[in-house]
Amino acid sequence: MSERLDVRKTYKLYVGGSFPRSESGRTYEVVSADGAFLANAAQGSRKDARDAVRAARAAQPGWAGATAYNRGQVLYRVAELLEGRRAQFVADVAAGEGLRTARAEAAVDAAIDRWVWYAGWADKVAQVAGNANPVAGPYFNLSSPEPTGVVAVVAPQRSSLLGLVSVIAPVILTGNTAVVISSQDRPLPAITLGEVLATSDVPGGVVNVLTGKTAELAPVLASHMDVNAIDLAGAVEADGVTWGELEALAADTVKRVRRPPTDTEPTWLTDASLNQVLAFVETKTVWHPKGT
Amino acid sequence: MTAFEYAPAPESRAVVDIASSYGLFIDGEFTEGSGGSLKTINPATEEALAEVAVADESDVDRAVAAARRAQQKVWGPMPGTERAKYLYRIARLLAERSREFAVLETLDNGKPIRESRDVDVPLASAWFFYYAGWADKLDHAGFGVDPQPHGVVGQVIPWNFPLLMLSWKIAPALAAGNTVVLKPAETTPLSALLFAELVQQAGLPPGVVNIVTGAGATGAAVIGHADVDKVAFTGSTAVGKSIAKQIAGTRKHATLELGGKAANIVFADAPIDQAVEGIVNGIFFNQGQVCCAGSRVLVEESMHDELIDRLKSRLGTLRLGDPMDKNTDIGAINSARQLQRINELSDAGEAEGAVRWSADCAIPENGFWFPPTVFTQVSSAHRIAREEIFGPVLSVLTFRTPAEAVAKAHNTPYGLSAGIWTEKGSRILWMADRLRAGVVWANTFNKFDPTSPFGGYKESGYGREGGRHGLGPYLVEGSTR
Repeated sequence: MSERLDVRKTYKLYVGGSFPRSESGRTYEVVSADGAFLANAAQGSRKDARDAVRAARAAQPGWAGATAYNRGQVLYRVAELLEGRRAQFVADVAAGEGLRTARAEAAVDAAIDRWVWYAGWADKVAQVAGNANPVAGPYFNLSSPEPTGVVAVVAPQRSSLLGLVSVIAPVILTGNTAVVISSQDRPLPAITLGEVLATSDVPGGVVNVLTGKTAELAPVLASHMDVNAIDLAGAVEADGVTWGELEALAADTVKRVRRPPTDTEPTWLTDASLNQVLAFVETKTVWHPKGT
Repeated sequence: MTAFEYAPAPESRAVVDIASSYGLFIDGEFTEGSGGSLKTINPATEEALAEVAVADESDVDRAVAAARRAQQKVWGPMPGTERAKYLYRIARLLAERSREFAVLETLDNGKPIRESRDVDVPLASAWFFYYAGWADKLDHAGFGVDPQPHGVVGQVIPWNFPLLMLSWKIAPALAAGNTVVLKPAETTPLSALLFAELVQQAGLPPGVVNIVTGAGATGAAVIGHADVDKVAFTGSTAVGKSIAKQIAGTRKHATLELGGKAANIVFADAPIDQAVEGIVNGIFFNQGQVCCAGSRVLVEESMHDELIDRLKSRLGTLRLGDPMDKNTDIGAINSARQLQRINELSDAGEAEGAVRWSADCAIPENGFWFPPTVFTQVSSAHRIAREEIFGPVLSVLTFRTPAEAVAKAHNTPYGLSAGIWTEKGSRILWMADRLRAGVVWANTFNKFDPTSPFGGYKESGYGREGGRHGLGPYLVEGSTR
């Protein structure tokens, strides 16, 4: 009897809660660390990037308007689903990053734990990053963090899941929505994460995932008029574009820019931080007189 | 009824001694500049006040080197408690010499003495007093244990609140353990130079504060200097963008405090007298030359005519003229160039179909002046509804629902401040949640306090000044770039 032929997955983009092909019809070959064919990924275009921004903008007020408790629950639910797909992520990460199983398991476990850590911040960040201000006069005065809006995320090139989670979760937990450019050569865990998000309670459009050439997609988002901020973590070691070029493009719209922490990609093993959250919030201060 | 006329009540300028020329303040001393000089004038009379040195790149280089030495050898290693005491000294000295600073500020800037005396100078002193106390409590500021300063900070400030903007910049930078090179605005350098004298009186170690005067090129040299670790800028959005571009790809941190086009939103149930006062204060304070000025009024349609009537009658009582007169409400526009910009945008408002009304007041012969002006029948597409005028010009638009008010408020690239006027508490909070602005004043406007963070969303810049939040950008651990 012949061996059973496996059913392969078609990898597409994740935009607005659906999985469209690139409008350009293009794909590119994704290979494992040792060069074996893994899949054809969608090669996102400038138009796909603009569509993703539109989806992110449409989803933003609703997501930000959910209660912090609700966002925390929704994000925790994502961790539950990640755990359920653990074996698949381990296989994807091992193949894409060329890791032995034990190392891949450690990376996936760290990614799930990191997602849990960030989920818990949703209803705490306002208490830690906001405060009352004792102004010299009869006024109520309160400063609170608010989401900055639509955030473009250039995901790390090497760490295809742990790095990815480390830059997505801190952006969306406060109510931002994200347009993510996955690792160019290791895009498959990002699309699988999209499948997790699509089957979780995260509303469509909150996270949008583009696969393709970083040098083609990142400048579109860096200069996009309706993107408020950009995380350039994956612009180190990217093909054909530097983080400095992207930061310069972002200057024209006064985007908030999170630079890559170092000039080579970190391991992301210890990179959970509140600053990663605060890079994408605005402080709003409200005054009101006191009187009878 | 008898009309009482105001008798002139001029403040004496004898309290301030303006030198005929000023050098740069580098490493604790006044030194010559290598970039020539510029004249600063009194915008209310066009009389020349003093000649001020212009710093070129070599001067900026000397200033940065002095700041670096002072940071590494003295100010950085100094215990926070000692830094705090220096800053408290500065706060006290500013208060002691407040009249001198107020008069000088009014002469150089053109703002009414009432404002420089009651707002600019007291707040400047309060700013130092507030941040002084942080210098030895950085561990408790929420930026981690033992947070570190960046090192040398380059700061460029505007002409609308010369001394106050200096204090917003220098006080938190020094409290955090940085040293500074500050460039005051080309048209208003004098209060910063008087501040340099005060720094000497305070016995501040040489190089901790350096003041380099000049125009745009000097500012660009400060921002661009390779040994500057962090930059802070307050000014136009156009220059802010060029700074963001200039530092792109470097490890320099930045705080940008840029333009605004605030909406002052008035609901039909607003406390009308307070709202009128708030609108007047919102746009005519400092001749409207305020980045957070309430330059657009969005009024609920049913309230429009009544509000306009009351506003016009209130504006008729404002007194425009000699800024040194204690009765003056509206002083001079800071420069011929700024007046030209106000004229150009106001003319565009008329040309595009809005209806212009100006208070009937005598305009002095010399100096730069613009009467309080209100545009009605303004549409969202008009330039005067979208662009920052930075003058005493108010654009009035209407709305029917809270959601429409929010949508119209958002119809600019800016997001610095907003005002809400209504007696309904739940509506205030609903509006405040939705308005994308860094400061929301509800049933008040244009209030500032050293404990209260200030700064914008969108193209109004990033980073906050004031309060605990304003300390973060001057610490490595509090910087999110």
